Amino acid sequence: MTGEIFLQNLANGISLGSLYALIAIGYTMVYGILRLINFAHADLLMVAAYVAFYGILVFTLPWWLSFLIAIVVTAILGVSIEKVAYRPLRDAPRISVLISAIGVSFLLENLGIVAIGARPKSFPRPEDIVWNINIGDISFLSLTIIIPLITVILLVAVTYMVNKTKIGTAMRAVSRDFETASLMAVDVNKVVSATFVVGSSLAAVGGIMWSLQYPQIDPLMGVFPGLKCFIAAVMGGIGSIPGAMLGGFILGMGEVFLVAFMPELSGYRDAFAFVILIFILLFKPTGILGENVVEKV
Amino acid sequence: MDRQKIKTFLTLGLVLLSCLVLFWGEQYLGKFSTRVLNLAAIFVILGASMNLVLGFTGMFSLGHAGFMCVGAYVSAILTMSPESKEMIYFMEPIISPLDKIHWPVFPAILTAGLVAAFFGFLIGFPALRLRDDYLAIATLGFGEIIRIIVTNTISITNGSLGLKNIPPIKSLWVYWGFAIATIWILKQLINSSWGYAFKAIRDNEIAAEAMGIDIFKHKLMSFTIGAFFAGLAGALMGHLITSVDPTMFRFLFTFQILLIIVLGGLGSLTGSVIAGVLVTVMMEVLRFVEQPMNLFGLQIPGIPGMRMVIFALLLLVVILFYRQGLMGTREFNWDWVLDKVGVGRRKEKGVGVDG
Repeated sequence: MTGEIFLQNLANGISLGSLYALIAIGYTMVYGILRLINFAHADLLMVAAYVAFYGILVFTLPWWLSFLIAIVVTAILGVSIEKVAYRPLRDAPRISVLISAIGVSFLLENLGIVAIGARPKSFPRPEDIVWNINIGDISFLSLTIIIPLITVILLVAVTYMVNKTKIGTAMRAVSRDFETASLMAVDVNKVVSATFVVGSSLAAVGGIMWSLQYPQIDPLMGVFPGLKCFIAAVMGGIGSIPGAMLGGFILGMGEVFLVAFMPELSGYRDAFAFVILIFILLFKPTGILGENVVEKV
Repeated sequence: MDRQKIKTFLTLGLVLLSCLVLFWGEQYLGKFSTRVLNLAAIFVILGASMNLVLGFTGMFSLGHAGFMCVGAYVSAILTMSPESKEMIYFMEPIISPLDKIHWPVFPAILTAGLVAAFFGFLIGFPALRLRDDYLAIATLGFGEIIRIIVTNTISITNGSLGLKNIPPIKSLWVYWGFAIATIWILKQLINSSWGYAFKAIRDNEIAAEAMGIDIFKHKLMSFTIGAFFAGLAGALMGHLITSVDPTMFRFLFTFQILLIIVLGGLGSLTGSVIAGVLVTVMMEVLRFVEQPMNLFGLQIPGIPGMRMVIFALLLLVVILFYRQGLMGTREFNWDWVLDKVGVGRRKEKGVGVDG
């Protein structure tokens, strides 16, 4: 492998990894608070991509406005899903909430197919943000730099919010102990909603950047990235935001380099994440940065 | 008459009646209705077996479609004639011992179940240490891995092209025979000491362990048996539609089975049977919403995917507002029927005088 190809793969790995990291944070925040895999999180990516798509191509809005609208719509949708499908089941057995989450995810995917059609559409790439960069013999898209940059900015912002602001403190309290937090006058419902706002907005940013990087969008586009990002969150230690970032980067790099070093295994690319998941769950179920939680009877 | 005797007679009557219905169906039902009924039988097996894992043992496993995939392929490869194998595997010829094998259908279906059970055992061994959502995502992952492996091992499975010309089975007797046998076996299992242990684990794992139940052994057993019947159903599915390919066994299947057991009631075999038939029939009846139609002079174009929207909404409504489903954890039994029609219950010993 020559140096240039290595650098090329490294760049691909970083940008894929940062997309995974961004989406994984949404999973980890929701899981930290509700102890629930938000299966619908994956489909929020798709919703954001389509809103942006229609904003740019049908309503001919400037790209930044379309992206903004997509983020707002996705955040509202995320909060509404929690209110309608998860909140009424808060005292129900966990399996019920999971089934409800699967139902919402399936509903969104099929509504997408009904409303838009299953055929993939090509996502527009605004020239202001996507151009070719040539350094010596290496040529790459500006996205390879923009995506990790935006990811880092958002990660810093989220980390600051969770650790330094009042609502962040409330989130950490609720994720530590739901009931005690509510006894301490934390408005649990508000905190949960805020979590969904943040998580869904990150999913929206992730979905838009995903569509810029891989400009083919279809109603099932979120499924595999969603599953892999959940795996990334588990790998890093679910509930931990730095863990989600770490997991996302490891997974993205791993996938890119697996295919680069062993092209004959490229058919198994999608299985790679699951194999990692299984090893993690067997040998370090709490993840790389996760805390040990002992269940109390 | 003794109530016990009445119940025996009723059971015999029911068996006779179902035989008559099957006989009648075999004679007079059209091709399409037979096919739908056969599909219903397959979904009954799937529903009942996933209910064993999810409803009775409380393990949220989403790998059912993967086990079906294994079963369908095993039975298809075992029963296809060597000539059609030669024809279908044109990308890469099938590897040596498999190209000559030409088994009859029944041993192949049972072998399919056993191989799926073996896979269930292998997968369950690491995965069943996990709980709830971790188990869900791990089994979902295993299901996908099975599908990806099937797509990539071209010299065994013919890859993404799939298999065609699988020997067809058309008879209602076979499908419903397997379905009834499945229900009977699962009913015996659930009413045995194993079954009580499963339910104890579902209700409270820690308490069950404190009572001396070997959690891991029972979970593994339930999971393996569930995989066996999923493999069986997958094999039958292959013989019903005579072709299989890896994309068939996407998560969609697991979703349909999930809908069946939630609708029927988590922890009720009767519910799975009713909902299995109901969902399959609905799936066919609702095809009309995807056809173009003419409503009072208004042309409505066909909307593909509408059925799945309806099913997703149905699942959400049931889980949000009617969590017990149709049957809750209740089962069909004759006592309930007899009480309803007013046949007196035998009084406790020494209190009443009765037949």
